[in-house]
Amino acid sequence: MSKAVGLEKAKVVIREDECKGCNLCIEACPEDVLFEQKYLNRMGYHPAGYVGEGCSGCGYCFYQCPEPGAITVYKKGYVGEEVA
Amino acid sequence: MAEKVLTKAASFYDVYERKSGAQDVTHYCPGCGHGVLHKLIAEAIDDFGIRDQTIFISPVGCSVFAYYYFRVGNIQVAHGRAPAVATGIKRTHPESIVISYQGDGDLAAIGGNNILQAANRGEKITVFFINNAIYGMTGGQMAPTTLIGQRTTTTPRGRTAANEGFPLKMCELISTLESPIYVERVALTDPKNTSKVRRAVRKALRNQIENKGFSFVEVLSACPSGWKMTSVQAKQWMVDNLLPQFPLGVFKDVSKELEPSERSKVVFSTENMNELLNIPSEENIRTDVPKPLTKFQNPRIILAGFGGQGILMLGLGLAQAGMQAGYHVSWIPSYGPEMRGGTANCHVILSEERIGSPTVSKPTVLVAMNLPSLEKFESQVEPGGLIIYDSSLINQSPKRKDVKVLGIPATEMADNLGNTRIANMIVLGAYIAITGIMPKDVVVDALPIFIKHKKLIPLNVQAIEKGMAFVDKNNGHA
Amino acid sequence: MAKQLIKGNEAIVKGAILAGCRFYFGYPITPASEIAEAAAYYMPLVGGTFLQGESEVASIQMLYGAASGGVRCMTASSSPGISLKQEGISYSAGSELPLVLIDIMRGGPGLGNIAPEQGDYNQMVKGGGHGNYKLIVLAPNCAQEMCDLTMLAFELADKYRNPAVILADGFIGQMMEPVEFPAPVTELPEKPWAIHADKNDETRLICSIELEPEVLEAHNRHLQEKYAEAEKNEVRFEEYRIDGADFVLVGYGVVSRVLQTTVDLLRDQGHRVGLLRPITLWPFPGKRIVELSDSVDSFMVVELSNGQMVDDVRLAVNGKKPVHFYNRMGGMVPSPEEIADQAVKFLED
Repeated sequence: MSKAVGLEKAKVVIREDECKGCNLCIEACPEDVLFEQKYLNRMGYHPAGYVGEGCSGCGYCFYQCPEPGAITVYKKGYVGEEVA
Repeated sequence: MAEKVLTKAASFYDVYERKSGAQDVTHYCPGCGHGVLHKLIAEAIDDFGIRDQTIFISPVGCSVFAYYYFRVGNIQVAHGRAPAVATGIKRTHPESIVISYQGDGDLAAIGGNNILQAANRGEKITVFFINNAIYGMTGGQMAPTTLIGQRTTTTPRGRTAANEGFPLKMCELISTLESPIYVERVALTDPKNTSKVRRAVRKALRNQIENKGFSFVEVLSACPSGWKMTSVQAKQWMVDNLLPQFPLGVFKDVSKELEPSERSKVVFSTENMNELLNIPSEENIRTDVPKPLTKFQNPRIILAGFGGQGILMLGLGLAQAGMQAGYHVSWIPSYGPEMRGGTANCHVILSEERIGSPTVSKPTVLVAMNLPSLEKFESQVEPGGLIIYDSSLINQSPKRKDVKVLGIPATEMADNLGNTRIANMIVLGAYIAITGIMPKDVVVDALPIFIKHKKLIPLNVQAIEKGMAFVDKNNGHA
Repeated sequence: MAKQLIKGNEAIVKGAILAGCRFYFGYPITPASEIAEAAAYYMPLVGGTFLQGESEVASIQMLYGAASGGVRCMTASSSPGISLKQEGISYSAGSELPLVLIDIMRGGPGLGNIAPEQGDYNQMVKGGGHGNYKLIVLAPNCAQEMCDLTMLAFELADKYRNPAVILADGFIGQMMEPVEFPAPVTELPEKPWAIHADKNDETRLICSIELEPEVLEAHNRHLQEKYAEAEKNEVRFEEYRIDGADFVLVGYGVVSRVLQTTVDLLRDQGHRVGLLRPITLWPFPGKRIVELSDSVDSFMVVELSNGQMVDDVRLAVNGKKPVHFYNRMGGMVPSPEEIADQAVKFLED
């Protein structure tokens, strides 16, 4: 785990191995920065991916995602360890 | 949603060790609402700092395995019984935070009465009711909340009101009860509604933290597998079909009117046990009572008469005094057909030895307070036995010649003492006088135990003395 | 000595409280309601809880919750009520929860009547619910034992983490006899497995589901080992005039009281008769019956049922000697003379 100090931009991190490809996060994202990966993960789902830019840190995806650990959202200004 | 990072709550286990297969993902299907509600609950447990006190109850349904995930005390229970189990654990640990997490089949079908009754008792628990209008775990059968026309594996042509009735509306039902303090229906649809679910979860838990009462949150939730849709289609189906049938909103909320109070632990104490349990602590068994004549030893007694003549009380008095006189005793009210017809009888045994059969088939003593009793039991008396009968009410003498017989006008004597109901104690006096089975003072010592109205004790003593005197005068000791 | 003349049903409640039980969940049914009534009266006085559940089904599940919380808890019912409780009984055995159930048996099947019967032997001793479990079943035959065996039931339930049962009948429950109550139990056993609403709960789980066949089999093996241990340690029975007997009467509960008198009658007539009374119906005193079957000529089992315990006696005797059977049903309790007459017929056969 790396130490992040005062993130300047919000970001979303997806643990692809925990994603079941339901696409609810993609549907919910107001910024339209999530997408379905072309490849399959270990469970045989197309995991969600983040385009790498444009996350507002709203958390909509986090609260739509049924998997406890699949999505982590860092809001702008987050100080602390990266948990995922 | 003020946290700067949204991630897996600490109230989830890091690794789901109780689960087989992948131990970093849940067993839920893609797009299932359970996972989201789990996250909202776990987040609230974290935020409120109640993880150590939280007890999560998982009954049958897809969430039966919630104990894989929640890092709290977990109890997995039978189908529909979560509210009853929650009642049990909450009553034993009022300091805990008990969450009953139930699906629609569990809560509204097989456990329908359990939830209504727990709600009506106002158990201080939090109930989360996942309503997805179908049985998910067992493969898509009809739920009590399945919509009219909805196809399931057990309504293959769609649910009809004529065959299955209408979908049950649990919030509407529960909010009619007086005890629940908070009843709301929310839906896991879009982010806006989801944030309402989050608020409801937190409110329902806060109510319990503040020890206020029973909170019930119905969460409409998608079951893409059961509905045979994609996750995204399922969300839309909820909006189009579930929400019109199950309107969202607060059905009841009186939580603001209630003051928070302490959740206190149950204290175990064994102080003053004997006093509280009304158990005698002082020596009450005599060892100096002389034996009666052989023929009156170890009496097996049938006492019989009308209901209301105090027959059972007479037997009790005899047994109580007999015990205090140092005998083994037993008292049993009559069982069987003879209980009917307004007659009362009981069997009493006083014995030097441990008592075998407590029922008396061949009495050595018969106390008959009315004619039917004499007629019924006279022939059963052992030869050489004793019959005492109330000669005020029985105007024919027993026919038996091989037994000792005492007729005593007990009812008339009782009337003379000013209380007809004291005839039973007159008979008791006569019995101890005629047999010498125990002295009067033992009986008098026993009176306060079986006579509830203490001011009647002197009258009872008087009655016993009258009975004894009658024997002395008319019959002599046997 | 301080004794109290008391009904068996009430002695159960006082015994339970003396054993440290402070939680009663139950549903009224004749002839067990007096137990609920006494519990409703006494439990609040000693800082305990009495709660009348909405059903038999719910009451046993309330016990499931209370036992999960590590407290001593009890319920009482009667035959039809016990049938309803079987769900929770099986779950409690599966989840290894110590709790005490009182069954004041009545006439059956169906609604039957409220008179004493012993038709619940199979549903309690053999397991009336689903799955591979045993209940510890104690059969008192007097008011003193209603107290003492109830206290023992709590002890055994905790010792084996298993439900324990008092199997009695309306007769023993209604009868008043002297009871000398022991001092209260002040130290209750630690239950590190139970849910205590504390920090360690995250490692604790009360559960009867296990999807993996290997794991569920291992759990069942564990249960059977536990039962084997109980069979080794907990068999209790009583004998009466058994020395030199060549005809042994076997009965439990109220029947054993009647049989005691029958033995005296038959001995007076010169027959060499004795009595074996199982106190634990499970574990059953089968070994003692095996021993006796070497020395006696025959057995006679008497039950207030269609013949349920007699199966266990026959299993133990294993064909070595005749096992006669005499019964009454529907609430009829035979007299000592009636049984003696029957015994003489068997003896003369």
